[in-house]
Amino acid sequence: MARLNADSVAEAEATIALYPQKRSALIPLCHLAQAQDGYLTEDAMAHIAELVGVTPAEVRGTASFYDMLHLEPVGRYVIAICTNIACMLAGAYDLLEHAEASLGSGVGQTTGDGLFTIEEAECLAGCDNAPCVQVNHRYFGPLDAAGFDRLTADLASGALDGTVPHHGVLSRVTRSVGLEKDGEAAAR
Amino acid sequence: MITNASPIVTRRLGYEDSHTLSRYLETGGYAGLRKALTMTPDEVAGEVDKASLLGRGGAGFPAGRKWSFRRHAETTYLVVNGDESEPATFKDHLLVERDPHQVIEGTIIAAYAVGAAQAFIFCRGEFALGLERLQQACNEAYAHGALGHRIFGSEFSLDLVIHPGAGAYICGEETALLESLEGKRGFPRIKPPYFPAAVGLYGEPTIVNNIETVSNLGWIVEHGGEAFAALGQGTSTGTRLFALSGRVERPGWYELEMSKTTFRDLIYDPSLGGGIKGGGALKAIIPGGVSAPWFGPDELDMGLDQDEVGKAGSMLGSGSIVVMDDRTCVVRAAWRITRFFHRESCGQCTPCREGSSWLEQVMRRIEGGYGRESDLELLLDACDNIAPGLSWPPAQTTICVLGPSIPSSIASAIKMFRDEFLVHVKDGGCPFGAGG
Repeated sequence: MARLNADSVAEAEATIALYPQKRSALIPLCHLAQAQDGYLTEDAMAHIAELVGVTPAEVRGTASFYDMLHLEPVGRYVIAICTNIACMLAGAYDLLEHAEASLGSGVGQTTGDGLFTIEEAECLAGCDNAPCVQVNHRYFGPLDAAGFDRLTADLASGALDGTVPHHGVLSRVTRSVGLEKDGEAAAR
Repeated sequence: MITNASPIVTRRLGYEDSHTLSRYLETGGYAGLRKALTMTPDEVAGEVDKASLLGRGGAGFPAGRKWSFRRHAETTYLVVNGDESEPATFKDHLLVERDPHQVIEGTIIAAYAVGAAQAFIFCRGEFALGLERLQQACNEAYAHGALGHRIFGSEFSLDLVIHPGAGAYICGEETALLESLEGKRGFPRIKPPYFPAAVGLYGEPTIVNNIETVSNLGWIVEHGGEAFAALGQGTSTGTRLFALSGRVERPGWYELEMSKTTFRDLIYDPSLGGGIKGGGALKAIIPGGVSAPWFGPDELDMGLDQDEVGKAGSMLGSGSIVVMDDRTCVVRAAWRITRFFHRESCGQCTPCREGSSWLEQVMRRIEGGYGRESDLELLLDACDNIAPGLSWPPAQTTICVLGPSIPSSIASAIKMFRDEFLVHVKDGGCPFGAGG
């Protein structure tokens, strides 16, 4: 799969310019690559390594530490079901069982149509809406079995396309300015 | 007692559009920063000292003292810790999503006070909407003249970068956070040096403050440190944002005057938690994030006060309270918390990496009905290897406090509910069934 495309490279370079040291942009660039391809491809990791001046192994070694960075393909929608204490007390394991049964797919697996990957998540800081779920890091909850089925039906039909971008897209708001403290880049 | 103290950090959240610049300005936003810029950095820090603002991230260290470690340094970075991942804690999530300008204003004030020319807000990666709102607010703040070259026409200039995390609990630990911000695995650094104020980001002096901590700064500068210190009592001043979850009728966030309100008020008052869900009996609470030792029904009349909770052998920590009722299996609860630590251990230190794995497996077999009576001593022995003496605050065998936090839930559950463990062993299963 792909190295970063021209648009991604432009955004990567703008991101690198924000940090006193290039390597600080490594994780933001991993998110950028995931936004492009849905996961971190070998080629993208090699490209990020070139851009921030480290080896591809250092990119992989860093990326593999983090739960949000996927080194293998995932579905268009990664459904992270929290089962930590607050959600567990609200029936999260029942919800997880239901999710596996209704999608016919276990934790860590992707459905045959490539639409859904189920993850068992640690606390997502949505405990006031337990049990809570994130789809590509967008919140839903509290959810019962019927609510879960409606959610996956809406995702499959495209009804939530405006709310939930494909996996890997994190912030859809880009930075509008460079660094300005020295009065150099006052491009408002 | 529930006081009528006005909320501080949540005062705008009644508005649907609380995250926008127009609403922020309409409700007095950036007045604190404008005032700060008419004061010297020392005067700003002096107001925060007077406020006795305790850090809201979990350790409760006085914010003013933290700043005093590094004022007027040659190069100083300010890093705001928004990597909120302590289970059952959701206050920073609320603040970045619903009032991002308040976070940014506080960040600028803190940077001014410590003399930083570049600041970073490290926001938990899973907060996609929060990241969007923060970036939008950051863009707006630049356009408004609140960031960048010569802020509001003053001599002070600051750049702010919104930095996304990538999913790792350990990055809430400030030295791990700095490693992550340097583009590395989130491995906590060996101490000493204890404070990033000495050696921080890129080896330079760095001040790390929590999202809720900086969210208070605009108000403190505008109204004065004494007005903040007039709320609460003792060392627990001001208001605090508490996150209530578990088996209560009304889980949610509640900003309350520190120290005055009790755990009982928070859980049972109809305007707050509204009592136990379904009217059951309270069995145990976790008073300050899952790293904290548990309390029982006898400790409910304690105030939400950092010192008081500390003296009673636990901590107010991240300000999140989890309620367990009489239908809750405490073995299962302690197992799930242990599993969390096992998954999130960074793996550098043997007691934490191996200990969490052992504990998780032994807890799982007890909950599953395959445990032995001797497992209880085995658990306590393994806990003792991670945090010798099982005292509070825990003794440390590891680089950071994640390891010594692991035994809290298991030791609490065994101490308070030994019989319930034994029932699991004798009956060969969980008396609460799968749903407990």
